[in-house]
Amino acid sequence: MIANTEASVVFDKVSLALGGREILHAISFAIGKSEFVGLLGANGAGKTTLLRAMLGVLPIAAGRIEVLGENSRMGNPAIGYMPQARSSLAGSRLRGWDIVASTVGGERLGLPLQGADVRRKVDRALGLVEATDLARRPFADLSGGEKQRVLLAQALVDEPRLLLLDEPLLNLDPGQQRNVVELVKHLRDELALPVIFSSHELNPLLGAIDRVLYLGHGAAAIGPVDEVITAPILSKLYDAPIEVHKVNGRIFVTSGDIEVEREAHRHDDGHEHDHSHAGHGHV
Amino acid sequence: MMGTNMITAMQAMAMFDYDFMRLAFLAAALVSVIAGPVGYFLVLRGQTFAGHALAHVGFAGATGAVLLGLPPVAGLLALTLAAGFGMGMFGEKLASRDVAIGLVLAASLGLGLLFLHFFTTSATQATALLFGNILAITSAGLITLAVISAVCLLVLLLISKRLLFASLQPELAAAKGVKLKQVGIIFMLLVALATAACSQILGVLLVFALMVGPGATALRFSLSPMKGMILAALLALGESWGGLMLAYATDWPVSFWITALSLLAYFAVILFEAIGFQDERA
Repeated sequence: MIANTEASVVFDKVSLALGGREILHAISFAIGKSEFVGLLGANGAGKTTLLRAMLGVLPIAAGRIEVLGENSRMGNPAIGYMPQARSSLAGSRLRGWDIVASTVGGERLGLPLQGADVRRKVDRALGLVEATDLARRPFADLSGGEKQRVLLAQALVDEPRLLLLDEPLLNLDPGQQRNVVELVKHLRDELALPVIFSSHELNPLLGAIDRVLYLGHGAAAIGPVDEVITAPILSKLYDAPIEVHKVNGRIFVTSGDIEVEREAHRHDDGHEHDHSHAGHGHV
Repeated sequence: MMGTNMITAMQAMAMFDYDFMRLAFLAAALVSVIAGPVGYFLVLRGQTFAGHALAHVGFAGATGAVLLGLPPVAGLLALTLAAGFGMGMFGEKLASRDVAIGLVLAASLGLGLLFLHFFTTSATQATALLFGNILAITSAGLITLAVISAVCLLVLLLISKRLLFASLQPELAAAKGVKLKQVGIIFMLLVALATAACSQILGVLLVFALMVGPGATALRFSLSPMKGMILAALLALGESWGGLMLAYATDWPVSFWITALSLLAYFAVILFEAIGFQDERA
């Protein structure tokens, strides 16, 4: 057992399975108190699965996950979570403010009343991401980047001590991607929160993240970008010969003549989406 | 001018001299207060088709009950509730099976027709079930509606906060320990009850107008969910009462007027939005 008081998240020989199929096998790592970690890996590598296990939504097949000093459990209010963007929410005529407010005590019984306590929490969270004005408009009318800003506020509304963000850069243009990454880094600095940020692409995260957690073929590698994004480690994680090229401060990962990340990105909508639903008995 | 207004007002008040009109207004109110908010959630959850589907299934139940010598509303409730439960159980898997659902709906209406064929050749009964006959509501029927309404409102009072969360952000709600399937089933049972009540006044083919119209219109206003639900109920009330008054004035069917008002209200908001948007740009 790892007893690490300096860690916010500890994975101790954790195996995770979906519908009987093992996704991650006996992975171990620890994340620091206010570390910004980029969670990378191909589609189906288990990024969403890993986040869902931390949230206690997916049962652990083997091993132990410690989150903020206690075993992972469902409904932990100390975790702020931003799921992958949903198309159903994207068209909502509700104002961003009301969508954020629906999160506050949303699991309780009763009517969705917005008392002083709810209003204070929502206004605070929106203030943190500078989305106070955006949130007055119908959610459907916001741009992709603006929507992510509001959803980030939703993750912050219960004053979490750990932030799990699932693919916040999906379907954003490069400018919006940069803004979201900068905003998350700013939040981490301001609130001293550990952040786990999953992404298909490494480049938008370069310069912002402290370490990268790379998943592939049931295994995980964690460390600074320079140590993990290397041909030997990625070749192992992809189970294929991988080359790493650095051009003008950007990193390109290729297998043969295919650029791995771009290839992964192209399959966004089908595969990873299936994973996010697997817990409801889909598989 | 003044005189004409007075006479019209008096003529209008005269409709309350009739028992069936008073019953109809009460029935419309009981149905509207649940159709509005339940419809609001149907639209929010993208399940509007479910309301439509449940009513069709209910038709077979209502006619089957008649065949067995039971009150139609009993069969209607039994089948919509059973189908609602099934949709809640298998909802996510059923959602993509539109051909299967369509065929089940058609077969339900067909089955209803068969039951009618065995029971009676009267077209009046079929027409009333299909297109509604609010003016034929009895005081016993009113009591049934009151019970359905009360149950629906009570359940909404209990679960609407959790239902809203589960509808807007299912993954987040699941992480907070909300049982999505349980919430989904309870909601579909609510829809079944509301649909059964609604088909008492509009008929199984037209419930969409009152179940979905007001909720969809209310959502366009981007109000807080609580205000949105109340507005949906008020719109449903306005449309059903407006329909009754216009039917009284014109002698055209009430169901026609309610469906027309529901459509008008929705299009009016869309049009207003389009104009408002242009102003904003200018």
